[in-house]
Amino acid sequence: MFAQRLASPSMFRTLPAFLVMAIVLPLLAGCGYNTIPTAEENARAAWSEVLNQYQRRADLIPNLVETVKGYASHEKDTLDAVVEARAKATQITVTPETLKDPEALKKFQDAQAGLTSALSRLIAVSEAYPDLKANQNFLALQAQLEGTENRIAVARRDYIQAVRDYNLTLKTFPSVLWATFWFRSNEPFANFTVDEDKMQPPKVDFGTKQGG
Amino acid sequence: MTLRTISLMRPRRFATAVLMAVAVLFSCFMAYAADLPALTGRVVDNAGIIDAATKAALTQKLADFETKGSDQIVVATIPSLDGEEIEPYANRLFRFWKLGQAGENNGVLLLVAPNDRKMRIEVGYGLEGTLTDLHTKLIIENDMVPAFRAGDFSGGIAKAVDDMVMVLEGNPEELEARGKRNPADDSTSIDPIVAVFLILWATMFFGGMAMAFLPPMFGTKLSPGVYKWLGMTFRYGRGPSRSGSSSWTTGSSSGSGWSSGSSGGGWSSGSSSGGGFSGGGGSSGGGGSSGSW
Repeated sequence: MFAQRLASPSMFRTLPAFLVMAIVLPLLAGCGYNTIPTAEENARAAWSEVLNQYQRRADLIPNLVETVKGYASHEKDTLDAVVEARAKATQITVTPETLKDPEALKKFQDAQAGLTSALSRLIAVSEAYPDLKANQNFLALQAQLEGTENRIAVARRDYIQAVRDYNLTLKTFPSVLWATFWFRSNEPFANFTVDEDKMQPPKVDFGTKQGG
Repeated sequence: MTLRTISLMRPRRFATAVLMAVAVLFSCFMAYAADLPALTGRVVDNAGIIDAATKAALTQKLADFETKGSDQIVVATIPSLDGEEIEPYANRLFRFWKLGQAGENNGVLLLVAPNDRKMRIEVGYGLEGTLTDLHTKLIIENDMVPAFRAGDFSGGIAKAVDDMVMVLEGNPEELEARGKRNPADDSTSIDPIVAVFLILWATMFFGGMAMAFLPPMFGTKLSPGVYKWLGMTFRYGRGPSRSGSSSWTTGSSSGSGWSSGSSGGGWSSGSSSGGGFSGGGGSSGGGGSSGSW
């Protein structure tokens, strides 16, 4: 009975289809079907790293502000500017659509740049307080902030590269064929502009430059 | 006219033109890598500021440390950054050299650029939690800056390496676990036991296959199931005199000769290329800190 079912005509009719699938599916991968999704996921992962590092910076700020307040409470304007810029930067919600929308990315970018400049003003102001500069907690926060700014720079560079690769797959042969016939809903991601990337992270000076 | 010139230059000129085109293409590909120094060892002193004794001691120390916990620490000095910031340069160099093991990213790069009076400790992803930004900052400010101001590059670098090793050894359990996950140098050289096993396996597998297929195809047929090939007699299947032993011995001897000939050369070249020091495939996301003096 089992053998009968196996040999049923419908089975024979679908067999060629199975064979075709078995041959064609690996060929699809070989022809670059995976190129576009792979590049897209790489770009998304790179974007997550960018967000992650910006978040890390935002998490450092409350501690930094508290520490500075203890020594330089009358620098109220600078401190308020940092708190405000942080609030503005963390308010912007980032959705997957942000990546496809240059306007939204620009807004996110501007908010983060505002926080960067507010922070560098705070660090510059703190130079005037020797007690603050000698504080171990402040030293630790400063080192972490400096490291985070550098990680942001690296993450942005990686993101720019990943988006360039992804956008190229949508525009260059042969993957453009897949983009036209199959991945029609895939849109190029918005990228950071070069000018923004050349922006330097705030220089944290530990007052060790007298020799140089 | 063009046709004639092409036909005139065909024999030698054309070949050189093609060669030059290929060379230009390659130089385009190499351009990115060319401006970064080569990883010649654990201490790459291109600026020439470390004395020979310190260099030897550091190399030994770093090699010992890698066998213990698989962490790769590399000291590099370059004369000048050519106007680039030290942070992106150090990150580029770290990724170019692929310091640290592939899955662990446990590499550290100590970079000094004397003409720019800048230094940086770049820490791989996997060590960011152990050798934190603050640790590297303190090492730079307390060990390197005072020594460098006094002109003692070797002493400052040696002290910084000592302190980095001390910090990384500060969590011995984690270090040992990393070392166990990445046994020293097994990734580059092939274990002799594995090599012997592979040779034996190849002998049996390919020798048996060759014995089964080749004599009937290339040999001369003496009688049904009996072939003569390369001066040996092979018997197959259900022949009445099943003296399989003779055919097996001839077959295996020819097989071993063939496989040892080809595989022996292959393995030896493979292990010799793994003799020098090279990065394990790690990466860095910009951890660590920089300083100047």
